[in-house]
This record gives sequence, C-alpha cells and structure tokens, in this order.
Amino acid sequence: MPKDLTESHRRFLQEMMQCGIMDVSKCNSLYKKCCEIHKANYIPDKLDDFVNEINTHLQPMFMHIRCGMSEEDGQQYYALVNLADTEITRMATDYSDNELELFRKAMDLILDSDNGLASSTDILNLADTVQTKKMKKKDAEQVLQRLVQNKWLCEKNGEYSLSTRCIIEMEPYIRNVYQDSVCNICHNVAVQSQMCENSLCGIRMHFPCVARVFRGQPEPHCPACKDFWPHEIPELNISHSQLPAPSQPGPSNEKTSRYGRPRR
Amino acid sequence: MSQKKRTSSQKSQAQSNRLSQVARNEAVDSDEEDVSLTEPSTSQVQQSLSRLTVAQVDRKMAEVLQFILIKDQKKMPIKRADIVKHVLKEYKTIYSEILKRVDRTLGQVFGMKLVEIDTKNHTYVLINKLEPVDLNIRDMHTGSPKTGLLFVILAVIFMKGGIVKESIIWNMLKKLKVKCGEKHEDFGDVKKLITEEFVRQRYLEYARVPHTDPIEYEFRWGLRAEKELSKMKLLELVSELQEQDPHSWTTQWKEAEQAESSSRGSSQ
Repeated sequence: MPKDLTESHRRFLQEMMQCGIMDVSKCNSLYKKCCEIHKANYIPDKLDDFVNEINTHLQPMFMHIRCGMSEEDGQQYYALVNLADTEITRMATDYSDNELELFRKAMDLILDSDNGLASSTDILNLADTVQTKKMKKKDAEQVLQRLVQNKWLCEKNGEYSLSTRCIIEMEPYIRNVYQDSVCNICHNVAVQSQMCENSLCGIRMHFPCVARVFRGQPEPHCPACKDFWPHEIPELNISHSQLPAPSQPGPSNEKTSRYGRPRR
Repeated sequence: MSQKKRTSSQKSQAQSNRLSQVARNEAVDSDEEDVSLTEPSTSQVQQSLSRLTVAQVDRKMAEVLQFILIKDQKKMPIKRADIVKHVLKEYKTIYSEILKRVDRTLGQVFGMKLVEIDTKNHTYVLINKLEPVDLNIRDMHTGSPKTGLLFVILAVIFMKGGIVKESIIWNMLKKLKVKCGEKHEDFGDVKKLITEEFVRQRYLEYARVPHTDPIEYEFRWGLRAEKELSKMKLLELVSELQEQDPHSWTTQWKEAEQAESSSRGSSQ
C-alpha cells in the first residue's frame, strides 16, 4: 500500500495543476509553504521524495509530475503531465484538429532542424500544407501566438522552439521518433542545441551544456569524435550547481525511464 | 449481449482479480428522464461488476476522473449524460460505483469533492476541500482578473438581497471603468463574459424579469457560487472594506450563518 497523502501533498498538487510548470526553486518554496500551512514535517532537499509520494497516487490516473531541464538556462523544472493514450490528449481539448495538425508540423520542423529552431516564416508556410481543414496564414499566426501563450512553444527574435513544458510532456514521443535528439552531455532530450558538423558523428549538446563543457577551452573539440567544434560557444550564465552533473544522468532522465507510460 | 462476449473472453485471465466487493448504497432515482440512464438495482450493479476485472474498472475510473478534471479546468458543468456518452459507454451500468470511487480519489489525492448541483439533470461541479490560502507563489496566473470581477458582482448581488437588476450591475461596473459594450483589456467583451461565460460556468444566473416593457434582466447567484463561496467570508470582506461591523447587516449575517451551518452539515 502506498503511503497516504496529506493535505500538504494535495495543496502542492492543486497548485501544480494551476501552473502546469514550475521551476525547481519555486517548487521548493511551494513544498515548504504547503508543509507550513498544514503543519507537516518539512525536510529540506527532500522535494523529490515528496513529489514521488504524489506520483505514486497519480500513476493509476495516468498522470505524473515529471522533472526536466530548461534548454535556455539549464534549470530544472517540474511539470504535471498526462500519460494517457496520446501525448496530445490534454491539448486536444483546447485546439481544433487543424490547429493540432499545424502544431505537429511545426514540432517536426523544429525537431528536424540542426539547432532546434524554426523561423516564423517557415512555420506560417506550413499553414498551406494543413489538410484537416484549410488554414489561412492569418489564422496560423494566431494559433502560433496561442501556442506560445499556453507554453507549448517559445519564441525569441522571430524564431520558435519547443518550450520546456512541451519537451517534458512530449519526451517519450521525441525519444521515440527522433532518437538522435539526445544531449551528449546530460543525456536528456535536446531540442535547442548545437550539432557536431562531422556527418559521421552529428552528436547534439544543449547550449548550457556546451557552455559548461567547453568553458575555458580556446579550441573546443567534439567530445565524441574529437573533430573541431565550429560553433560559437555560449557564455555560462548560471551557477555551476544548477547544472546537471555530466557523470550521472540528470534526475529527469532517471525518472522518465523508470515510469514512462504505465502498462497494464 | 456484448457484455456476455466480454465475459467469456476475459474469464480465465482475471478469475483471481474478480471484484467481489460491491456497491451497497445505490441512490436510486425515481424521476430519471432518460430511460437508458435508469439506475440499475444493487444486484444488477453487482452482476456487472463481477463480470469486469479490477484493472478494467480502475482504467474506467481513471478515464472518468480525467474527464472531470478537464471539464472542471474549463469550468464547464459536468453532466452525467456526458460522462456516460463519452467515457463510460458500455460500462454505464456501474456508473454509481465508478463515480463513488472517483469521488474518493478526488478527495484523497486532489483534495477536491464532487458535488451535484442539479439533481434533475445530474450535473456536478468540483469543489475544493482545502481552505483557500494565499500561497503568494504564482506569478499573475491567468484568469485572476476575471475572478476579481466575478467576486465583485457576486458580492453586490449578495449585499442587495440576492437578486439584482442588470442595469444596477452595469452602473456599478461603470464606476470601476468597466463598460458594457466596450472591449476591456482584461475581460474582452464584458457583456459576453458576464451574461454568457459566468452563466455557463454556473457562477451566475441571468434571467428575464417577467412582464416588463422594455425587457429587463436580473442576476442571481448560480449554483456553483452557492457551493464554492462562503457567504460569511464574503460578508467579512465587505465589512472590512466598508469599515463596519458585519453584524450591522442583519439579513446578510443571518443568511451567511445559515449557509455556514448547512454546509457543515452536508460535509459530514
């Protein structure tokens, strides 16, 4: 029998449902607050245990609080995801069929690219190929805006990529269909990334991972094939402790492979 | 019957898992309108349950629960007919047992409760069982300006005795720079929000005043508001804003006290 949940677990879960996604520091302070409100025993650094207790009860409902990394800043995030039948069950209720088709096409475009980005022009051009129901460019533009608002896509300088929440939620799909989209350093799914230009190698690395691995190296070489790494090395802008250690796969990696889709 | 077919194919694999424990207290409704939804008797439920595996029943329960959570997220009323049509399908005979388990899980895991707000059409809403507190952790979460507007309207209706003419609401909102027929930054089409969205979500009731020329409309509290909001807390808030003793509104105080005691009674 799994351990019964307390009011503090329930409050945490409710807040998680409201937000959808939360960074690790917010999660920690929420965990602390929930324990304080309900006079439960708060143990610092035990957020993962607390979340796992909730997950034990969520599993029969095909839901899961999953941890993943933001590709922008390398921070850990927690998101409530739905594991039922299709990855898009949850979205499906908010988007029409042709809007979903556009999203899927945009997602493929992003995942097929070298760096995990797609320009708005390229995505809007996809509107012509939508088959479920004709879509005008103008409508596609609005759909794109909504997808950003609802935190499925993220946008920077006119280029789109998958948001952290989307990557966490779609992880099984991405791992399945795009098997090369894995970071050589942290072993998590890598969308926004740099790719080795040696066509026989072609490994990917997240920007924050690249920054950390090549720090202080004037002539970086690919960690896999040792070819010269031709890309610009981004600056490391967050503290070392927030990055997942390279030797051991990040916590998200462990968790997702352990749970995955529940089978009966 | 399809149930028989299912029985024979699954008999062997699940002999050990049979559900022996069954629903005892089926609330039998006599005034059921939809014939196909007529409540089966306890023995019928028992029979249907014994034909299903634990895993099958658990899976249906999870589906119904997800359906309810999605509906609730959009603040749409949860109708029994929809649950049966979209989720339960051929499992409809064990509806009451499934719903009982859903409600139990909602309480144990999510801290929420399913409440029937319309016994005739079997419509439910989800109510939060946890005391509202300000976690102060969310960044401006979407929907909160709308909640604020709704709260103001509900407070006015309550303080004015339960029914308020539409014109009074609009006059009051005009003072808050919210105007009927103008697009508002946060609310968009305010008229649509108040008279359609809040009404669909069952926070407000919006009905024509009989025998008036020209036609007039009035607002009342919707069933969801009655179940979700504490009148006592609302009165306390209003008296704080007005810097008056809440007892000075005798009618409202009495009504709030009554609501408190009846909700305490029903939650036990």
